[in-house]
Amino acid sequence: MMSFFKGFFRGRTVIQPIWVFVIAIFIFFSFMSEYFLSWGNITNILVQTSTIGLIALGMTLVMINGNIDLSVGAVLGLAASLVVGLQETSMVLAIVAALSCGVVLGAINGLVVWKTGVNAFIVTLGAMIGVRGLIFVYTEEQSLYAMNFAFSDFGMSSIGPMPVLAIIFLVCALIMHLVLTRTSHGRNTFAVGGNPEASIDAGICLGRHMMINFMIVGFFAALAGVLLASQMGAATPNLGRDYELWVITAVVLGGTKLTGGYGSIVGTLGGVLAIGILRNGMNLMQVPAFYVLVVLGLILISVLIIDKKLNAPSTKEVRV
Amino acid sequence: MSFLSAQGILIFFLLGMFAFSLFSEQFLSQSNIMTVVRQASIIGIIAIGVTVVIIGGNLDLSVGSMLSFSTVLVVDLHDKIGPTNAILLMFALTLMIGAVNGFLIGFLRLNSLIVTLAMLSAIQGLVLIYSGGQNVDIADQEGTWFAFFGRGYLAGIAVPVLMFGLLAIVMQIVMSYTGYGRRIFAVGGNPMAAVYSGIRNNWCVFSTYLISAFCVACAALVLGSRVMGSQNNVGQGYELLVLAGVILGGTSLLGGAGSIWKTVIGVLILGFIQNGLLLMGYPYYIQWLVTWVIIILAVWLDLANKRKRLLTTHS
Repeated sequence: MMSFFKGFFRGRTVIQPIWVFVIAIFIFFSFMSEYFLSWGNITNILVQTSTIGLIALGMTLVMINGNIDLSVGAVLGLAASLVVGLQETSMVLAIVAALSCGVVLGAINGLVVWKTGVNAFIVTLGAMIGVRGLIFVYTEEQSLYAMNFAFSDFGMSSIGPMPVLAIIFLVCALIMHLVLTRTSHGRNTFAVGGNPEASIDAGICLGRHMMINFMIVGFFAALAGVLLASQMGAATPNLGRDYELWVITAVVLGGTKLTGGYGSIVGTLGGVLAIGILRNGMNLMQVPAFYVLVVLGLILISVLIIDKKLNAPSTKEVRV
Repeated sequence: MSFLSAQGILIFFLLGMFAFSLFSEQFLSQSNIMTVVRQASIIGIIAIGVTVVIIGGNLDLSVGSMLSFSTVLVVDLHDKIGPTNAILLMFALTLMIGAVNGFLIGFLRLNSLIVTLAMLSAIQGLVLIYSGGQNVDIADQEGTWFAFFGRGYLAGIAVPVLMFGLLAIVMQIVMSYTGYGRRIFAVGGNPMAAVYSGIRNNWCVFSTYLISAFCVACAALVLGSRVMGSQNNVGQGYELLVLAGVILGGTSLLGGAGSIWKTVIGVLILGFIQNGLLLMGYPYYIQWLVTWVIIILAVWLDLANKRKRLLTTHS
């Protein structure tokens, strides 16, 4: 029985623990609020979580790699400002510029981590402060408003019963799941995070894989920024502040190890949905938003304790 | 080279001061320097505690939320139960939060980054619940000695600066000259070796979070008393400014290395960059860009010795 639970919580069995949690709170809120269980509300949750969710997809790869990216919120803000600020040239050009800006900033992060050996935490912390400065330099502290109606309608549009943002998020999740599980880059990502020295011996170029993953998360942060700007029809200089915290919370809830070498997109999807359902459900139950913060913090700590208790490597760890 | 990397941060600091004094003549005036130091003292006081936590091999991201919590608490309670009781209760509750952090990280051995991240959001929620989302302030601003901590002067020196200096000196002595300080370095540097030499790691880690919480409580005293009121998100973003200062001071995030006086200089560098750029007529956000470049440069300089070792796992 114990070994079943151990395998279960490590995610080796088919259903991951976070999904049990997602289903449990889903059922809970269905009973607690009459508005919760409707197609409109479910797609609403998907749209609300798509911003954090998209970034979390990229962050999963970076964290499996054993790194972390704290600059995603700032990159999101910059991409949103760029796409709205450049709308007069051409909408396509503006979107391309915003997305490539995310990729380039990711590449810079990756390159600095690769070439200097400085901890990713420090590099991206610096980038977070610096990129936020770039946003203010670009926007001169002004909010920008989208004049292009095709762009601002895009965020609200839906294909049949599904909102476009939800479709984009789910398709991206599927693609990243395939990248992580079916490609050599995905395999190497696990190897690099799990045992860096062994992967050097196996002939894997660590730095390159890290850099590619930073570029991926940069791309997703920029994409989230573009979609958020389209949803709001505007971009403010402070857009995306604190997003890195929500994203990391979602990825960790999804079972990805901070030390690297372990994690999955399916888990991250569960983590993102758990946060989305909790926020939405508590909102519908008219719990003040303040309590949601406390509940999320407590849940995150409980998950850590459960994980620690079940996976304790009692022989390896020195007991005092 | 070893001299440069050990004292690199100091050289960096002096060069920067020299450069700014060329561009602005007010920069090196006594009143300007005192203003910068006074403004930097709140971040500095918190940074002292965070340095101790990081030397012990952990992180504390919850200090910003804790600062909001403690400031709102002390300001709100000031009118209700009197300044002395308010200060005592605020210190007790802040230390309790530190104890929760310390228990989860020291005794249950959870990852400090995630625990303090979770605490960051939980405490932010607590502040909002406590204050009902409203800002708080002190009704009788003139008639209370509470103003002493933020606005007062003692022997011609601002009280916040005095607290900052005193805490820095005490913690520097504790970290370099006492057995307790040596144990923190040992636990952060090599936990296994520390256990084998008979150090009780969990108590050491626990105590670093108490020190961090104590420093936050001191900072809240200064901030609450200076503003005589508080927004409920007043500490938002402080954890990052504090970390930037600590990192600029060359404290290794891997644990086991660092020093208080270098953190003090790191915090002052941040303060002087902001002030110098403002005096030169640049908007404040340019400071963030410059900080980005300087953090990377400073870390690079400080890692000169360790770089070879680190590169072997990153090439």
